[in-house]
Amino acid sequence: MTSIFAQRRQKLLAMKAFRDGQTHAPTAGTVCPGCGQTVGAGTLAQTQYVCPQCGYHMPLGSYYRLSTILDAGSFRELNSRLTSTDPLHFPDYAAKLEATRRKTGLNEAVVTALGSVDGQKCVIGVLDGRFFLGSMSAAVGEKITRAIEFAAKSKLPLILFSASGGARMQEGILSLMQMAKTSAALARFDEKGGFFLSILTNPTTGGVTASFASLGDVILAEPGALIGFAGPRVIEQTIGQTLPEGFQRAEFQLEHGFVDAVVPRSELRSTISRLLALHGKGGRNE
Amino acid sequence: MSEPMTAAERVAIARHHQRPNAQEIFDFLFTDLFIQRGDRLAGEDESILGGIARFHGRPVTVIATRKGRTLDENIKYNFGMPSPEGYRKALRLMHQAQKFRRPIFTFIDTPGAYPGMEAEERGQGEAIARNLMEMSRLTVPIFVTVTGEGNSGGALALGVGDRVLMLENAVYSILSPEGFATILWKDSSRHGQACELMRLTAPDLKRLGIIDEIIPEPAGGAHLAPDIALRALDEALVRNLKAVSRQSGEALAAGRYRKFRQMGTPPKEDQ
Repeated sequence: MTSIFAQRRQKLLAMKAFRDGQTHAPTAGTVCPGCGQTVGAGTLAQTQYVCPQCGYHMPLGSYYRLSTILDAGSFRELNSRLTSTDPLHFPDYAAKLEATRRKTGLNEAVVTALGSVDGQKCVIGVLDGRFFLGSMSAAVGEKITRAIEFAAKSKLPLILFSASGGARMQEGILSLMQMAKTSAALARFDEKGGFFLSILTNPTTGGVTASFASLGDVILAEPGALIGFAGPRVIEQTIGQTLPEGFQRAEFQLEHGFVDAVVPRSELRSTISRLLALHGKGGRNE
Repeated sequence: MSEPMTAAERVAIARHHQRPNAQEIFDFLFTDLFIQRGDRLAGEDESILGGIARFHGRPVTVIATRKGRTLDENIKYNFGMPSPEGYRKALRLMHQAQKFRRPIFTFIDTPGAYPGMEAEERGQGEAIARNLMEMSRLTVPIFVTVTGEGNSGGALALGVGDRVLMLENAVYSILSPEGFATILWKDSSRHGQACELMRLTAPDLKRLGIIDEIIPEPAGGAHLAPDIALRALDEALVRNLKAVSRQSGEALAAGRYRKFRQMGTPPKEDQ
């Protein structure tokens, strides 16, 4: 039975997803960063923003991503108003935050929600690269930690989609400490027998790679996603040479043993559904 | 305590080539030191020094990022920039500490985790993440001291403790001021300005609730009279060890969780 509330939730997500879609690809079509060819916006919406020519996976907004994964009407956002408070009073940061909020319609670089995939309830979080490159502010760390704690308390599996440039520079040390905070919350979730599925998308770097993103029971990655701790430019400056083709990409991480599978976007939902089923309800029933 | 200094001046002191390094700190604070090597997975990383020692007679596990005194030493120790093997060795030692109920003392002085190709191939991010997760749930006391510069996740990977101490002129930050200026303004020469904005000094971090205690240094910095700073550190560590000695392992881990859990929690809340 679809309740009137579920219908409204679905409408809300669809609206936000549509808005996300519009920021990815203007109606006039967009140039694929992978092959340089122009792809029509209509085509991209059908392929979930994967280039039909070269298979390049374009970035997705949080709400759009959620609309591709969750069952219709199951989306219930958590802590939606939590946002950066500019804790260090960093110059120009507050104004930039405000402008980004207005431009993206997001309050922070992560959206967390309760939802279901093929009827299997889960807690899900999606980082959004349009908001300060998906960087980890104190509020992002707090939202993720609350999502982990909520999953632990309600004995639900946890799914986190990463897309992040790493730490939020304007929040300095408080941003750094979110690495410890989220990892510590995951340790407790782990002890309770919770299932954590980490999904790495382009790009996952810095403090996000060096905390929750690398701690999944199962780790998936989207094809071609850049995944690493140090950014390629920093490495090139350090070693004084250019990096080989494919360095730090999802396929490279698969080869080096840091992800379980590279899964194309078209198969992501079914893969998630299968993994959730294999883990039961998620969380030991004590 | 010395006269007030700018953050940039403190950064210079924290990086001073004569600042007490891991070996000197171990020699001063501990006796009967037995160095342990290797991560039992891939290799040995000399940029992290660790082992078993006695602290006022009691067996403890000691782990520190290591800078050298000479260029040769620094090349050997990779200027104090650890690779995944170093972090995994540290974790191996910490798990042993838990097994044998030894308190853990870590000392941080690093420009950051090494941003090299091999480090990435062997999972620098995973190694740091694993340490953060495991340190948060160890049931032996962990005392962290930032002794020089503590930059980025590479520092934090040894930094999840029950008590976090900091030498007066040490600095602790998300990134080196040079890296910070590069990312934010695409101009590393503005690192002086970055220092002032980053809140990386001990007094700033104490106010932010990131560290618990500041260890005074002699005027001009610890390198001018290392014994004075290290004696103060010794006294503080004895006092802190005593303070937690009656807590159960579970209470320690729970307290450590609460400590890091509240960091950066925004005052404005929606629920």
